Amino acid sequence: MFQRIVAVSFRNELAPGIFVVRFRSQEIASSAAAGQFVNIRCGDGCLPLLRRPMSISRLVGDEVELLFNVVGQGTRMLAAKRAGDMLDVLGPLGVPFGSRGDFSTAVIVAGGVGVAPFPFLTTQLAREGKQVITFLGARTAAQLTPQNLENVQLATDDGTQGYCGTVIGLLEAYLSRNALSKPKIFGCGPTNMLKALSGFAKRAGIECELSLEGDMACGLGLCQGCPIERANGEKKYALVCTEGPTFNSKDIILR
Amino acid sequence: MVKESFNIRGVEFKNRVLVASGTFGYGDEVKDLVDVSKLGGICTKSLSWKPRDGNPPRRIVETPSGMLNSIGLANIGVHTFISEKLPYLRTLDTAVMVNIAASTVQEYCDVLSLLEREEGIGGYEINVSCPNVREGGLSFGTDCSKTKEITARLRPLTEKPLIVKLTPNVTHISEFARAVEEAGADAVSVINTLVGMAVDIRTKKPKLSTVTGGLSGPAIKPVALAKVYEAAQVVHIPIIGIGGIMTAEDAIEFLLVGATAVQVGTANFIDPAAGVKIAEGLRTYAQAQGLQDVGQLVGAMESDLAYSVLQSWL
Repeated sequence: MFQRIVAVSFRNELAPGIFVVRFRSQEIASSAAAGQFVNIRCGDGCLPLLRRPMSISRLVGDEVELLFNVVGQGTRMLAAKRAGDMLDVLGPLGVPFGSRGDFSTAVIVAGGVGVAPFPFLTTQLAREGKQVITFLGARTAAQLTPQNLENVQLATDDGTQGYCGTVIGLLEAYLSRNALSKPKIFGCGPTNMLKALSGFAKRAGIECELSLEGDMACGLGLCQGCPIERANGEKKYALVCTEGPTFNSKDIILR
Repeated sequence: MVKESFNIRGVEFKNRVLVASGTFGYGDEVKDLVDVSKLGGICTKSLSWKPRDGNPPRRIVETPSGMLNSIGLANIGVHTFISEKLPYLRTLDTAVMVNIAASTVQEYCDVLSLLEREEGIGGYEINVSCPNVREGGLSFGTDCSKTKEITARLRPLTEKPLIVKLTPNVTHISEFARAVEEAGADAVSVINTLVGMAVDIRTKKPKLSTVTGGLSGPAIKPVALAKVYEAAQVVHIPIIGIGGIMTAEDAIEFLLVGATAVQVGTANFIDPAAGVKIAEGLRTYAQAQGLQDVGQLVGAMESDLAYSVLQSWL
């Protein structure tokens, strides 16, 4: 884990309101694993005050790429960065996806900018010799960001591209027609989508790992601000920042 | 060389910057990022007799120049603290102040008595001011006689420093400071968070699960300064100033109005090394001012009290 002042090396608007920003940090890039995140100061004053946690989307050499939606002041400031601007970054943080283990096909399921951690995971899975199939959903065609993914099936809520309906509907339809050998699901997206995915995985008996968001002040376990309810065990909550953001879907309760 | 250290009841603090309870865990979470031996002290996350799960999410909301929290004293309990966290804390070259929170007067006494058997604890900070729990917390901290009673009950149980952390959610914090001084407290921490709230106008629901929470960060600094100043007018025991300190300049303001030392809280969430940087800045300022001792800044504000409105109602 490093706290570093780094230089922005690249910035691009991928789709309306969806941005990619890259910064250069050999230390963070060489120690990161897919599913981990960085916590970023978007400005240098008190507005916003807190860092913004962001999934590491991809590594490009010693550059770390982020993919995010502009939702408020912090992300608006981050989206306005230009190459050469400096950023205060803390990371890599959190528990990575389990990309090894007893499965042969990785089923990636992403909703909207929930796609963020998956380009990195796709590269890592390829290195592990896993097959990858990706299901990506968005509200409308313009919001789809299928870059740097593999074997992508698309869904849009309004039917402007690919399957018309939710990404879970697409996944279920696909799996009813196609058999996958030894699958494991990796999911990230809005809570309602993850709830549906978790239910589907349970019914289908497929192992499922989810990447969650949490309202965190620090990302380090100091503030205790990002609890997620555990499904079992003595403690009621786990912290998304240090015990996640990746969790096996059977270990947590989404509300 | 500027003298940076100070002491409370014989316990030496190497400088006047501590990290506040609930913002630095139990010290081990950030050992890769911060040289804690450069801090005056660490106040641990509040400990209760049994572990506490804390409040349901959402627990954190950012507000302009501040944040609301409703953690609800989530903690591992004093027994696990002793077995799992204290051994590491003992190795640190800084004063370890254990913060205690409880639902009953007896629980405060039980937790402190258990900790008294352990080596490596510098002293205790008594949290009677958590705004996010139903029992204990503000129901104690806004009741002057209860606050005094807790202090008086704890005093005979330890020879170590006993610091009482006060809430700003009262009319006159000076009355509470005076009460705990009379009951034998060695210092007061001023202030804990201010009760606040935020509402989501889209869902028409409160943003925090507990509706209200505790406001911290730079937004509360002016309030905190005025509370420290008020307490400083009436007590002789040291005041540890807390509230939105992000920089050495902020810390100096607190010393000038009468704080003997400060605690850095919310700033740790943004930069875990904030306390170390503030301690360095304090030393640099004192050197530039030609002081022999950072302590010369304590209460050194120059003001014409004839114009102080506060004096009229103290």
